[in-house]
Amino acid sequence: MKLVIGIVRPEKANDVLEALYRAEVRGVSISRVEGHGGELDRVETYRGTTVKVGLSDKVRFEIAVSDSFVQPTIDAISAGARTGEVGDGKIFVVPLERAVRIRTGETDQGAVTPVGGAS
Amino acid sequence: MSDLLPIAQAAFEPDTGDTAWMLTATALVILMTIGLGVFYAGLVRAKNALNTFMMCIAALAVVGICWALVGYSLAFGGTGDFIGNFDYAFLNDVGFGPYAEGQTIPHLVFFAFQGSFCIITAALVSGAVVERMRFSAYLVFLVIWSIAVYPVMAHWVFGGGFLFDGGTLDFAGGISVEMGSGFSALAAALVVGARKDYGRQALLPHNGVLVLLGAGLLWFGWFGFNGGSGIGTGNQSVLAFANTLLTPAAAIATWFMLDAIRGRKVTAIGAATAIIVGCVLITPAGGFVSPGWALVIGVVGTFPCYALVAWRPRTRVDETLDVLAVHGLAGFLGILAIGFVAQEAWNGVEAAGLAPNGDGLFYGGGALLGDQALAALIAPAYAFAATFVILKAIGFVTNLRASQHEEAIGLDVVYHGEEAYPTGEGAILVSTEAGVEEPRPVADAG
Repeated sequence: MKLVIGIVRPEKANDVLEALYRAEVRGVSISRVEGHGGELDRVETYRGTTVKVGLSDKVRFEIAVSDSFVQPTIDAISAGARTGEVGDGKIFVVPLERAVRIRTGETDQGAVTPVGGAS
Repeated sequence: MSDLLPIAQAAFEPDTGDTAWMLTATALVILMTIGLGVFYAGLVRAKNALNTFMMCIAALAVVGICWALVGYSLAFGGTGDFIGNFDYAFLNDVGFGPYAEGQTIPHLVFFAFQGSFCIITAALVSGAVVERMRFSAYLVFLVIWSIAVYPVMAHWVFGGGFLFDGGTLDFAGGISVEMGSGFSALAAALVVGARKDYGRQALLPHNGVLVLLGAGLLWFGWFGFNGGSGIGTGNQSVLAFANTLLTPAAAIATWFMLDAIRGRKVTAIGAATAIIVGCVLITPAGGFVSPGWALVIGVVGTFPCYALVAWRPRTRVDETLDVLAVHGLAGFLGILAIGFVAQEAWNGVEAAGLAPNGDGLFYGGGALLGDQALAALIAPAYAFAATFVILKAIGFVTNLRASQHEEAIGLDVVYHGEEAYPTGEGAILVSTEAGVEEPRPVADAG
């Protein structure tokens, strides 16, 4: 059981959602974050004030999956988010100690398996 | 009126009331272009809001200059059937005397008033290509379009061209402004092509309040646009002013009803659209029809426009902000409506010798409907064809579109180096007006 964290470009978020859907990965949380991953700073000028903007908008996916779903999830995020330019984002996989489905009280494997889906 | 030669300036005393109103009306029409920028900016995504607004600001700059250099002369110089001449190029002979016999205001005021029309018409076309057109290519387009398209159509109806001579009635630019922009927009959308995410993702308005505010400013300005098109404060101007209140009111109410029937909810973006549909419907007819018919035009004309606004997004044509439905179609309907419901008793054009027929079909004047139908066929054809050719030609020389990557980032950052809603988070100060040279970190990006 792992937590897959994918940080992607906001404009690719829809493509990632679509790829996850096709890979039959269900149960996703997303949040808007700002980050810096080595892409070029953008220079903005407002009248006499010039700034370098080091933080870019990103979308962070968090997906708890059973072990057999880790690779398909990674593949789907990669396929959906890649443009080939610096700033496409990162995927982190971290071990997940416990998971509980609040509605039923199911834990762990049962909790990360979609309702009616195969583990 | 058919003799458009300027008379000697020395003997001319302008009517102060007329001149004061026309000066005001010109400023109101200029405000419409800003209102249009607010309206369009609200309708696009936040990352393109400034670029979209800048397309309107660019029209104020580029078209304003082109109008003074040659545009005005091509529209209002001479009495050629198809296009004017260069008599007034570089504002030659445009001074304090009147433009034509019978006018009560200085030529310079007439020039500025007509220029504000050319500016907003060009800005309207941008609605078809927002969120993906290259800004520099758009500037080139503005130059050519504001010389080759608008002045020609304005000459036909206002400057002594063949529609003017033939008796077609168009009070404030249903032909040159509304059909001119609407059908140009369709051509522009087809040549430039759809946004990369069109039809795949929901591309929603980012700020409904801006949309309503912009529509409100447009309506406010439209009182000068229609109310000034009598070039004074005569009965036609007064009639058009009142009708500019009535037709949009009827259009909004009708749109409410259609919204409620279709989706059980009355929408705000729909109401903003209805304001503009109403203003456009009465633009050509304002000074020619009774207030009662103005209300009817608002109700009846809204149906086809509503249908086109609802249907267009289901097609592959990404005519993004529906300039065709809101301006092209509504202008077309307004021009035709004159042929049915114009009344000599209200407009007095025959008595004043302005046109051969003041009565529409319902009042015994069948000939007028024919003149209106002719204009309603020729104007769209010219606007569409000319814009299509101009954009194709520019497309041969340079890219019309931003790259897919740039489109994804958003055109505000790509073309203007600014954001509409910057937070300042993660921004590192490079220089300020106070002259700080050393980069000074204001937020740790690490």
